[in-house]
Amino acid sequence: MSDFNPLQEQESIVSVIDRVRPVSIGAAVVAVHFLGDKAAFVCAEENVALVDDMGQTVVPVHSGGILCSVADDKRLLMGGDNGKLVEINRNGEVTLLAIDAKRRWIDNVALHPDGAVAWSAGKIAFVRAPKSEEKSFEVPSTVGGLAFAPKGLRLAIAHYNGVSLWFPNMAANAEVLEWAGSHLAVTFSPDNKFLVTAMHEPALHGWRLADGKHMRMTGYPARVRSIGWASGGKALATSGADSVIVWPFGSKDGPMGKEPAMLAPLKAKVTMVACHPKQDILACGYSDGTILMVRMTDGAEILVRANKGEAVTALAWNAKGTLLAFADQTGDAGLLEL
Amino acid sequence: MSTATAAKIPVTVLTGYLGAGKTTLLNRILSENHGKKYAVIVNEFGEIGIDNDLIIGADEEVFEMNNGCVCCTVRGDLVRILDGLMKRKGKFDAIILETTGLADPAPVAQTFFVDEDVQLHTRLDAVVTVADAKWLSERLKDAPEAKNQIAFADVIVLNKIDLVSKPELAEVEARIRAINPYAKLHRTERAQVKLSDVLEQGAFDLDRILEIEPEFLNAGDGHDHDHHGHDHGHHHDHDHSHGGVKHYHDEDMQSLSLRTDKALDPSTFMPWLQNLVQAEGARILRSKGIISFSGDDDRYVFQGVHMMLEGDHQRAWKDDEKRESRLVFIGRDLPEQAIRDGFAKVVPA
Repeated sequence: MSDFNPLQEQESIVSVIDRVRPVSIGAAVVAVHFLGDKAAFVCAEENVALVDDMGQTVVPVHSGGILCSVADDKRLLMGGDNGKLVEINRNGEVTLLAIDAKRRWIDNVALHPDGAVAWSAGKIAFVRAPKSEEKSFEVPSTVGGLAFAPKGLRLAIAHYNGVSLWFPNMAANAEVLEWAGSHLAVTFSPDNKFLVTAMHEPALHGWRLADGKHMRMTGYPARVRSIGWASGGKALATSGADSVIVWPFGSKDGPMGKEPAMLAPLKAKVTMVACHPKQDILACGYSDGTILMVRMTDGAEILVRANKGEAVTALAWNAKGTLLAFADQTGDAGLLEL
Repeated sequence: MSTATAAKIPVTVLTGYLGAGKTTLLNRILSENHGKKYAVIVNEFGEIGIDNDLIIGADEEVFEMNNGCVCCTVRGDLVRILDGLMKRKGKFDAIILETTGLADPAPVAQTFFVDEDVQLHTRLDAVVTVADAKWLSERLKDAPEAKNQIAFADVIVLNKIDLVSKPELAEVEARIRAINPYAKLHRTERAQVKLSDVLEQGAFDLDRILEIEPEFLNAGDGHDHDHHGHDHGHHHDHDHSHGGVKHYHDEDMQSLSLRTDKALDPSTFMPWLQNLVQAEGARILRSKGIISFSGDDDRYVFQGVHMMLEGDHQRAWKDDEKRESRLVFIGRDLPEQAIRDGFAKVVPA
């Protein structure tokens, strides 16, 4: 597919390529987040590169591989293969939050709006809430993903054959939502009505939390590695196919019995999606390096980056929706101001 | 797995029953001065005496796949660990995965067939089984795991030979060969095997399937038939047993080989092979073949684990090479006659 050039095939496409500010990270990038208006590029190993108008600062955060990351505009948390959970803030100050007693890999991390932090090592999920002691919960198999519910202190822990919903502040046992197979990433819908996991096989699985009703979302040619809720939570955009698959979540039944929208088809696989925080726009990155912005209402496309050969591995909007940051697996990156 | 194997990181699976000497071999691999760096995935921390920051503890989580195939299991922990290790690409040259003594190698191997990300970055190099010369014969009787590990092996390190007599050694080798005549076998004391004999074997590389001959036929290493003893006389026929199930008393694991010098028709052969592994995949542990198709100047090679098959055209037949198709199955309670009859039907008259 390397000879495919969307510019040649779609002469009419609007391009903002020349408005992108190129950034070179110089190392493989696995994620990007915004800390205010500062883009934080998370490298596969050791460093975070903070980039804004003032320039680029590389901050060492881990002595090893960085396995997971999450951010909330004020702080960025990362788990490493050295058993450490670290935080970096807008000023680039690094804080060590936790060290696993056995130096196990920190595989997953999640952040609650009120400041609570969750992480996992092996089969054990840990939660540390402000003004509260650290608590842990063991699930039957290695934790595949973590997510806080939007309301209350409730943690979804994805694992083999289902998801455990744990209230760290309650003595009661966790509620288990069962579905055969290995569940990895997990996310609550912003309205707290649905829970969705990305599975090891190329499929999503969802539950309606009110009654536990199942939602199977299948048909992907590849594993879904990137998912994002559209602003307002009325749709879930996903990678894993040669177009962005968008499942409707606007009604009380979610996507049950409905067809997903398929936006921005290319002759390459979608590797990353990032929904605009305020408008019905999403950005998507492809295995060939292409990045598009897509209007979700009519599928209109704007070219942000032409295919350069390497897969897009990081894509994010800032909280205001005025900046888009991206990077590929070689560390070739960019910032777009809208 | 045959394309671009050079860029992929090789993974050696080190298996063997409890106490056979896996950890001894692992420590040797890590301590020897070979100039290579290994990432090591172990099930038990602390047993390794070598300082290495790329040692990862694994939990041996065997997951069923939701694809309707009962025997299709993968190592979920391995998918996660290999994914994480890829973040540190460039910090190591190869990966060694040590399994527990009770582990079945099949889910490990199948992980490399099933998982797209694993396939993209790594390749299974070989299954190396360390066996205890003193105790293996006993374990083969009472531990199905030990039998699986021998049946699955590409390389068998028969360790602790200093603890057995010559007849005992011949006995245990005969038992191994009754299960798996194709693996390379190395006799060792304290796991003193050349690392080039266990690493970089390319056993799952379609490009390196060169011939399929029982290993002991060309071993020439003083294999002594007279020592096989009294209670397993069937075994004497093995030097002229091309294509025969090698019966050992009470042995439920066998190998079966098929061959023909008539060119096969892909439109009848491939459906037969696919149906066979679908129907009997639970019993077939490993399969391998070099096929001569009619009207095709290339060798077609395939290999499989349980129900999973992969195959490809390999290279042109050489002028001085006998165009012969040869297939091998290693498995448990294989329905030999049914497989032979089925194969006979797809061999052109």
